[in-house]
Amino acid sequence: MKPAAFTYHRPGSVAGAVGLLRDLGDDAKLIAGGQSLVAMMNFRLARPEHLIDIRRVPGLDQIRRDGDSLRIGALVTHHAVEIASLGAEFAVLSRAMRWVGHLPIRTRGTIGGSLAHADATAEWCLLAVLLDAVIVAEGPAGRRSVAAADFFHGVFTTALEPDELIVEVVFPRPAPRAALTEFAERRGDFAIVAAAVDLDLPRIVLGGVATVPFVAPVSGIGRPGDQYHSRLAEEAAAAVRVRDEPGVSAHYRRGLVRTLVTRACAEAEEIR
Amino acid sequence: MTEIQLIELTVNGERHELGLEPRRTLVDVLRHDLGLTGTHVGCEHGICGACTVLVDGAPARACLMFAAQAEGSDIRTVESLAEPGGQLSDLQRSFTEHHGLQCGFCTPGFLMLAEGYLAERPGATKEEIREVVASNLCRCTGYQTIVEAIDSCATRRRIASNGTDCAAARRSNA
Amino acid sequence: MSATREPGFRRDGSWVGASVPRREDPRLLAGRGRFVDDITLPGLLHAQFVRASVAHARITGIDLAEVRATPGVVAAYTADDLDLGDITAVLDRPPHEFVPTAMPVLARDKVRYVGEPIAIVVARDPYAVEDGVEAAIVEYDELAPVMSDTAALAPGAVLVHAEAPANTLVDVSLFATDGIDEVFAQAERTGAVVRVQAKTGRQNALPLETRGVVADWDDRDEQLRVQTCTQIPHQVRTVLSRCLGLDERQVRVTVPDMGGGFGQKCVVGREEIAAAAAAFTLRRPVKWIEDRRDALTAAFLAREQRYDARAAFDADGAILALDVDLVCDMGAYSCYPFTAGIEPLMASAEMPGVYRLPAYRVRGRAVTTNKAPTGPYRGVSRPQCVMVMERLMEKAAKALEMDAVELRRRNVITVFPYRGVNNITYDPGSYLESLDLCEQVLRDEGWYKVRSDNHESPDRVIGIGYSCFSERTGYGSGAFAARKMSVVPGFDISEIRMDTSGTVVVTSGTMSHGQSHETTMAQIVADRLGLDINQVKIVQGDTDRITYGFGSFASRSITIGGSAVAAASVRLGEQLREIAAHLLDTDLDNTELDGDGGVRLRDTPDRGMTFAALADVAYLQAHLLPKGVGPGLSATASFDVMGDGTFSNATHGVVVELDRGTGGVEILRYVCVEDCGVAIHPRVVEGQCRGGIAQGIAGALFEQVNYDETGQPLCPSFMEYKVPTAAEIPDVAIHHLETPCAFTESGAKGAGEGGTIGAPAAVLNAVNNALRGTGVELDNTPIRRESVYRALEGTYLD
Repeated sequence: MKPAAFTYHRPGSVAGAVGLLRDLGDDAKLIAGGQSLVAMMNFRLARPEHLIDIRRVPGLDQIRRDGDSLRIGALVTHHAVEIASLGAEFAVLSRAMRWVGHLPIRTRGTIGGSLAHADATAEWCLLAVLLDAVIVAEGPAGRRSVAAADFFHGVFTTALEPDELIVEVVFPRPAPRAALTEFAERRGDFAIVAAAVDLDLPRIVLGGVATVPFVAPVSGIGRPGDQYHSRLAEEAAAAVRVRDEPGVSAHYRRGLVRTLVTRACAEAEEIR
Repeated sequence: MTEIQLIELTVNGERHELGLEPRRTLVDVLRHDLGLTGTHVGCEHGICGACTVLVDGAPARACLMFAAQAEGSDIRTVESLAEPGGQLSDLQRSFTEHHGLQCGFCTPGFLMLAEGYLAERPGATKEEIREVVASNLCRCTGYQTIVEAIDSCATRRRIASNGTDCAAARRSNA
Repeated sequence: MSATREPGFRRDGSWVGASVPRREDPRLLAGRGRFVDDITLPGLLHAQFVRASVAHARITGIDLAEVRATPGVVAAYTADDLDLGDITAVLDRPPHEFVPTAMPVLARDKVRYVGEPIAIVVARDPYAVEDGVEAAIVEYDELAPVMSDTAALAPGAVLVHAEAPANTLVDVSLFATDGIDEVFAQAERTGAVVRVQAKTGRQNALPLETRGVVADWDDRDEQLRVQTCTQIPHQVRTVLSRCLGLDERQVRVTVPDMGGGFGQKCVVGREEIAAAAAAFTLRRPVKWIEDRRDALTAAFLAREQRYDARAAFDADGAILALDVDLVCDMGAYSCYPFTAGIEPLMASAEMPGVYRLPAYRVRGRAVTTNKAPTGPYRGVSRPQCVMVMERLMEKAAKALEMDAVELRRRNVITVFPYRGVNNITYDPGSYLESLDLCEQVLRDEGWYKVRSDNHESPDRVIGIGYSCFSERTGYGSGAFAARKMSVVPGFDISEIRMDTSGTVVVTSGTMSHGQSHETTMAQIVADRLGLDINQVKIVQGDTDRITYGFGSFASRSITIGGSAVAAASVRLGEQLREIAAHLLDTDLDNTELDGDGGVRLRDTPDRGMTFAALADVAYLQAHLLPKGVGPGLSATASFDVMGDGTFSNATHGVVVELDRGTGGVEILRYVCVEDCGVAIHPRVVEGQCRGGIAQGIAGALFEQVNYDETGQPLCPSFMEYKVPTAAEIPDVAIHHLETPCAFTESGAKGAGEGGTIGAPAAVLNAVNNALRGTGVELDNTPIRRESVYRALEGTYLD
């Protein structure tokens, strides 16, 4: 389990990274925290000929409030978000981080890397869609913003062009009544099902039920309480289109959706 | 085409200049180029944690980093814990007192995990410690004595710095 | 440094019974241990293997030209290039009971599992060697893979080995009590007959350190020096010398620190032979370190078994008869030295467990399939035997409307020695006492009340389960000869030498891989000689320094190895007294060891000599020695058990909580009441219990090696093979009972495997107890969360 050979690049700026991406084309891959990529390279499931290390690129590791919104630089680690004081408006982000792998993964893995990797059960992907995040990417033509709802295209594929990199993620509105919860057999594993809810919209985003974060269509706001939550849970469970898979039947996965949505609602309610 | 790159690493306070293939992982370089074999290789995909070291003070998987990425960072390995004369640190002694190791293969990873975590969060509760201990795999102990060893070390450090363990009080005020 | 002694647990003044700081700890904690991958040699080369990418095929071509042309690659060899003898493990049983099959070091004409080694590639660094392996081209003529025990036994099944009809390697019916069918018929009318059909998942013993070896040829010593992480160094030497056509003196196997083994390193690996052969051929040092993907897919596995068991009970709950048909899926090859008989023979012999069973019939089979081969794994079959027996007990209690603990009380052996229907004599244990205490602890802690209080909870249900079992330890030559192995492990030999400092070096043929022998055996020696444990150095794992040994497995080390070091120590003590008696001009009977590194006179205790002074005479003033006493201070002793071994025992009590919404299983409380006789080092015993229980829980709830229908392994990483973490494994409360063994030197019984043996049954019973009222019983492991979810929801499909 040793990676194939590659050439290592360490650009000093976003423009430098973009230039390398443009010049090297499909043979190049960005690395920030590398917590998914290096494992895949060790298995030789990924074998880029050029690795562009952007972890030291300055200016991408800040978390800052900007009016109502929260701006998180692409290189901010999961752990930095976990321990940041984001106030009640964005505390959901810090709380959700405890579901991301384990501490030594969170100290290296980044929000930008997680979104670009686009695993449909990844916490950042669900949170981005849940909270209407805007993903700011930079390419040869400059910066552009992509709504999270438009960002995820399929298994490990996104709206990013091959010569673009994520520089920042903007969470445009406070979400004081939001929560994320998951179920896996073992702590730190990728979820079988993950559920993220924002009760103020309301919106439910599910992981583990589709190739991209799945926004479950739910009817309008109700009054807080168990029945409201279980109605949301029933609607979400009814909406998912899943098939039987080895070890996890569609029936069970739908049941997990029901349970986790209910519990995420309860957590979101409790927080307030 | 084996490309060799000049890399400067700072490990346990010592600077090293190395000519390396960029594909060499940090753990392989620590073990085989620098001879620091206390850090172990258990899975090479970031799950078992036998290779856990401190990168700028934070626990990280040395199998999920290329050595080239560690340039400019301060790396600490298990070899840095004991005094130069061999006197074990309080954390290491706590592991032996609580029988927190059997075969000892996972132990350096747990030590560095705990060393980094307690530095950031000296007031950690036993349950919080258990959750962090869940970061790494041990096949011998069943984990209980590892949790106890770290918790006991944390308690003793708090008492040493405060004269008493008032961490619980601090936590409830926070 | 003086050792701290835990007060209270055992008698004062002796090392045995004290939880002294481990001798192993300082180096392991400082990162100064020496594991096999820590070893480097000048000019060291690195090996990896071209492995089969299909499960079952004839090899029609191997092209290594591109491999050899890869930068950094030094050599690449196929089976034809190295011309090695096969590894063949044999049972001395008739052909209808056992079919021997050869395991070639490298596959020749056929591959039988994905991951089977076909060629060895050697390169200058561990990265280049993988580049080389990638460049190999192997052509196959694919055969239909045989991927389950039922497929293997199906009429007309493709044969994995041409010489094994019906894919059956072992088929033994060890016991069949006359009239057993009538007993069942009678019980159907007047008592109860219950049945368990259970399947247990294939598991990986999973030492955190994978397998590995460093080998080099030394011209001066005329030796192939092989440093390998094995539990059985002498058996590796034997197989290596035979495969390579060398004399045994030309092979030296040494074992560095080992990062666990749990049985997986208790068999001779093909890769360690191939890597050593490559070093021999090249006359250059070669290292092979198994990577995790290979360890998860191509190392020795274990535990995949299917049971169909029936038990008859009378109306009062007394067990009358047991009838078991068990099939073990042993994968592609027989392991050396145990053979594919390891699991079915163990299960057949040990099935009755702790119960007074009057009638017994068993058929045990090992079938071969296109999966990675199996070897021993901590507990060997007994986790399954105990699980099946304990499920039978629970079902009988239900059928007879009795309390399951009470039913066990009526059946456990209470009068010792007990001669079982399985022709095994059980030495004294505390079966009933451990059961009573375990139940009492859970009762006193209030768990029965918690269970009833939560009975109506919409979210969670709680269950309490037990397992009551014994574990045969200290298998000597007698027990292994009964299996009819061609290699009969059993005895252990120890040599002790005292130097002029008066300190000793003691060899043992056992091989610690985490069990703390450097500490516990030193405690035994220190007590026998009256030394400080820091004056005792235990040496293991060197075939040049140790006459012969069988390593560490089957919880034999302290019972047999510990008895051998004790006996050697006693002999050395006698020598010291004899010299002292002469020098102090007194009778031998008037001397005794003073408990502080010397010999003193019984009648005038203030007169005596230190060991150092006596050793000085023995080596440097030999002319002063008594007539007939040769120079030097050393002694050798051996120990063996010709009977049936000694039985440790325990009861485990478990409280689980099931989550209706997810099928999640959480262990709320785990209590272990164990009895391993005299505990040499109580904390080490507790460590063995807790670690063993963690592995048993893993088997009950988490770990399983799966394959797809084409034979591709579905768990090449820790993402799929779910080793539980500290978040899943509970704290374990341990209570000790002590029924000393009458025939081991310290009264100790083995303690290495009990935790693993008892845990699956207790967990499974607790889960089923929580499912009471659902009509569903889950008898297969690992328990699937979906099964729990559906059982609670009322939608369980069998």
